[in-house]
Parts: sequence; structure tokens; C-alpha cells
Amino acid sequence: MSAAPEHAPTMAQATLAERIGPFMPVLLVPLLALAGFVAIMNPASWLTLTVSGLAMGMMIFLMASGLTLVFGLMDVINFGHGAFVSVGAFVGITVLMGLGHLTEAPSLMLNLGAVLLAVIGAMLATGAMGWAFEKIIVAPVYGHHLKQILVTMGGLIVVEQLIIVLWGPEEIYFNRPEALKGAITFAGAAIEKYRLVAVVVGLAVFAAMRWVLRRTKIGLIVRAGVENGEMVEALGYRLKLVFVGVFIAGSALAGLGGVMWALYQEVITAHMGNHAMILIFIVVIIGGLGSVEGCFIGALLVGLMQNYIAFIEPKAALISNIALMVTILMWRPMGMIPVVKAK
Amino acid sequence: MSDTALLTLEGVYTNIAQYHILQGVDLVVPRGGVTMLLGRNGVGKTTTLRSIIGHWRAHQGRILFDGQDITKLATPAIARLGIGFVPEDMGIFADLTVEENMVLAAVSGPIHSARLDWIFTAFPPLKTFWKSHAGNLSGGQKQMLSIARAMVEERKLYLIDEPTKGLAPAIISTMAKALKDLKDQGSSVLLVEQNFAVAKALGDSANVMDDGRMIWSGEMAELGRDAALQERLMGLSMEAH
Repeated sequence: MSAAPEHAPTMAQATLAERIGPFMPVLLVPLLALAGFVAIMNPASWLTLTVSGLAMGMMIFLMASGLTLVFGLMDVINFGHGAFVSVGAFVGITVLMGLGHLTEAPSLMLNLGAVLLAVIGAMLATGAMGWAFEKIIVAPVYGHHLKQILVTMGGLIVVEQLIIVLWGPEEIYFNRPEALKGAITFAGAAIEKYRLVAVVVGLAVFAAMRWVLRRTKIGLIVRAGVENGEMVEALGYRLKLVFVGVFIAGSALAGLGGVMWALYQEVITAHMGNHAMILIFIVVIIGGLGSVEGCFIGALLVGLMQNYIAFIEPKAALISNIALMVTILMWRPMGMIPVVKAK
Repeated sequence: MSDTALLTLEGVYTNIAQYHILQGVDLVVPRGGVTMLLGRNGVGKTTTLRSIIGHWRAHQGRILFDGQDITKLATPAIARLGIGFVPEDMGIFADLTVEENMVLAAVSGPIHSARLDWIFTAFPPLKTFWKSHAGNLSGGQKQMLSIARAMVEERKLYLIDEPTKGLAPAIISTMAKALKDLKDQGSSVLLVEQNFAVAKALGDSANVMDDGRMIWSGEMAELGRDAALQERLMGLSMEAH
């Protein structure tokens, strides 16, 4: 018998790329902001565009977060998600227009109170609509992706037509509440007040979602359900019920996003949700299907990219987000923060 | 159904797509003790456990648990009757910490500290990696977590599918000891196991499957003694493993 060969194993040192790899998605946002600064070379313009991009990203996040959870939890591809954005916008703006005495008053508190009532109305309407949408349209097609795409697209068309029946086919223009009009000047940059509100609302919703998902039992069930729904049920939890709750919450968040988006653009149309779906899908895909954190980072990247490119090379703005999606998927094919699902 | 039977399967047929996996399975799991479910790969052992917990629906036959017909109940309702399930793939939530996995498994409320101490004694690595993501655990530690999750609350019945598969001998003995503890506490366990030493050490009764049917039921000791019977039922002597 020959002697065993000399064996002196050593632990390989992790490379710098390996060590920062998990944090890269988070680092992408400041890196993109830095790249924007270098490309624009004008601090005031850069600050304006950055706040604008962050605000846009926050609103896209509000609209997209429900969709990513719905897909992650029950493998449902809901092409009708944009319907909640449109309905939220119409209900919210209708409420807001009915509160003219509050929105026209020169008082920030009264103006924000009116917006809050509009948001509550929109979220209640879209939450209830989400419940009905799940029961009537989504529930019969669980497990059938092609059918899900077809019936949810059909649902979107039906809702759009209902909006036209109820509110008419014309675009509806309106003004933001008095205190949210105009801009403040900071370091030579003009920053729209409303965009600051959008950033604060987006951050607050993201923090609340993270708290629920990380610190509560229902959050644990949702996170576990995204990964392995079958096992969650084997522990005794009625995942279907949880899913209905998530669908309703996701629809209500889309409604909130719809109101915020409407106030951002100061015009609403029946097709606004459908148009937003392109950005929503890009954000959900590059974030990693089912990942709220990925969705948040993806939304910020899309918002910043769109604003920077529109300033630097307006013609390229149309393709900037598609290019961003292609680049990120070439780097991480499952999205930036992929959710590992049980087979 | 006899009074001592906790779980009874009567002529259970389960189809998966066009495949007829279970073809009239009869099985009795008594109250207390470890009931072994044995057989070659692909004979329907895992499908039997999954049919009991409701992951796959029995198309024909009845499944009775603690006097109640659970054949058509949904999985969560079956689990809440007091059945803990440890699947073959362990089913741990990799993105959750060990603590979160355990908290989630404690369906009826906070984890009792005495219960947790017992689990930490049985599986010390779980205490060490309590705050770590379960996805970062080794294969053996994941299996410990999977079993600990079922043990975190007292269940009437534990369904455990191949807990020692692919594990190092040292880990297997840890698993076997934990399962022995469970047995000594008077728990009822239906255990699918390919490791004959573990099966012989733990099993009170044994049931052997072949081709989607139960072909032999009796005492584990009797099967363990009879190499010819093992050869006839499973195609080889299990001592040869």
C-alpha cells in the first residue's frame, strides 16, 4: 500500500467581487446617481433630475410591489394589474375634485388632508376591486400561465371600458392642491414640492412593507409562501387566504400608486394603468420576481435612468429602460435579488 | 378501525397526471411507537405520505386520522389536526433564519422554552446558527432543522420521509437519537427510511410496499431477523446496505 500523498488544504480568500456581490444591487442606485453626476456635470441640474428620478421610482414601486408579491406567492401573472392603477387614479382624483374647498385652500394641512382622503378612497375601491378580481378572474386559472395572461388582459380591457362608461372617453386634466404646486430652491436646484412628497410616501410604504414582511408572523408566512407554498400549507397555514389578502393589499397599493402617478402627471386616462405596465413589468423582472427589495431597487434605477437619459439624450430615453433591463438580466438572469423557489 | 389505530388508510389510490402511483394502499399506524414504511425506490412511499398530508389527493379509498375522515380535507386543515410533516426534500425556507423557520412552525403560538431546550439538546447546531439564514446551513443541519420544525409543537403524528438520506454517519446517529427521544415520549411516527440499521433500531412495526401496494405488514423485529423475507420483499437483504 502506498503512502497517502501530502495534503495541505488552504481556505481560498474570497475575492473583492465575491464579497461585495450580495450588496451590488443596493450599490447600483448610488453608482447610477454618481454616473449621472459625471455625465451631467451640473450639480443643480443633477439634483433636480435625481429627486425627480427618485420620485418617479417611488411611484413605480408603489404600483409594482403588489404585482411582484402576487407572482412570487401564487405564481400568478396578472396582466390586469394596471386596471387597479387606472381605477385608483380615477377614484382618487374624483374624490380630490369633490374636495375643492380643501385643495384650493392655502393650507398645507388641508391640502394633504384632501390628498389623504383621496388616497383612502382609491385604496378602498381598488382593494375591493382586487378581491372581486381574484375571485372572478384569477381563481379559476391558478396554475395555468397562458390562461392567466389571457383572462387578466381581458379583465384589464373590461375595466378600462367601464372607466370610459363611467367617466367618459376624454382625458381629464386637473390641478394639484395649492400647497403641492411649485418648487423649492435648494443649492441652486429647483425641486418640485410634489416630488418630495412622492419620495416620502414611497419610503414610508417601503419601510412599512419591510416591517410587515420582516417583523410580523403574517410577513413570515408570505415570505415563506413565496419560497415554498406547499410547505407553508403543511405547517397548517391557509395560504390561499393569505394570498387573497396579499392580492387585495397589492391592488390597494396599485391604487395608491395610481393616485400618486395621476397627481404627478396632472392628467388621467382610462389607459394610464396599461401604459404604466411596461415600466412595472421591467421593475418586477429586473428586481427578481417575488422580491419586494428587488422591486424597490429596480424602481429607483428605472426612475433615475429615465430622467438622466431624457436630459442627456432625449431620443435615447425611449430605449433606456429596456437597455437597463437587458444589461441587468445579462448580469443576473433571475433579477437582482432573486427569490429561490422550491421545485 | 381499531381503537389503537391513530391513522388508517383503506384502499387508497393516488394518481399523478396519467401515472397510477398508489393502487389500493392499506396501512394502519398505531398510537405510540414508530411505524416503518419500507420498499424500493419508486414504489410509492413518498406518495403515501403526501396523500396523507393532502399534497396529492387520493382518488379512491379513505384516510382516517384519529377517527376523522381526512381524505378530502385541505392540507392546512389536516396539519392542524396534529400532523407534523418532514418531506424528503426537507422543505426548509432558505431565505428565512433558523429562528424564523421555527417560529413559523409553531402554529399555535410562541415556542415553549422547555420544548426549545429539548430541541437544542437534540440538535445543538440549531442553537449555534439560530440567527443564520437556513439556506447557509449544511445538508445535515438543514435536516435537523426540518425535523426540529416538526417537533417544535407536540403533534399526534409525525410523518417523516427519509431523514437520514445522504447524511454522514455522525449526523445519522444524531438523527436516530432525536427520533428515539420522540418515540420514548410516546409520540406516533410514520417513518420512511432506507437505512436499515436506523429502521431496525427505531421501528416497532413495519410495512413494505411494492408497485403502489402494501405487500407485507408485521413486526419490524421479525423483518429484521429474516434475510430471506427481506430478499423476497425488497429484492435484497437490507443488511447488505
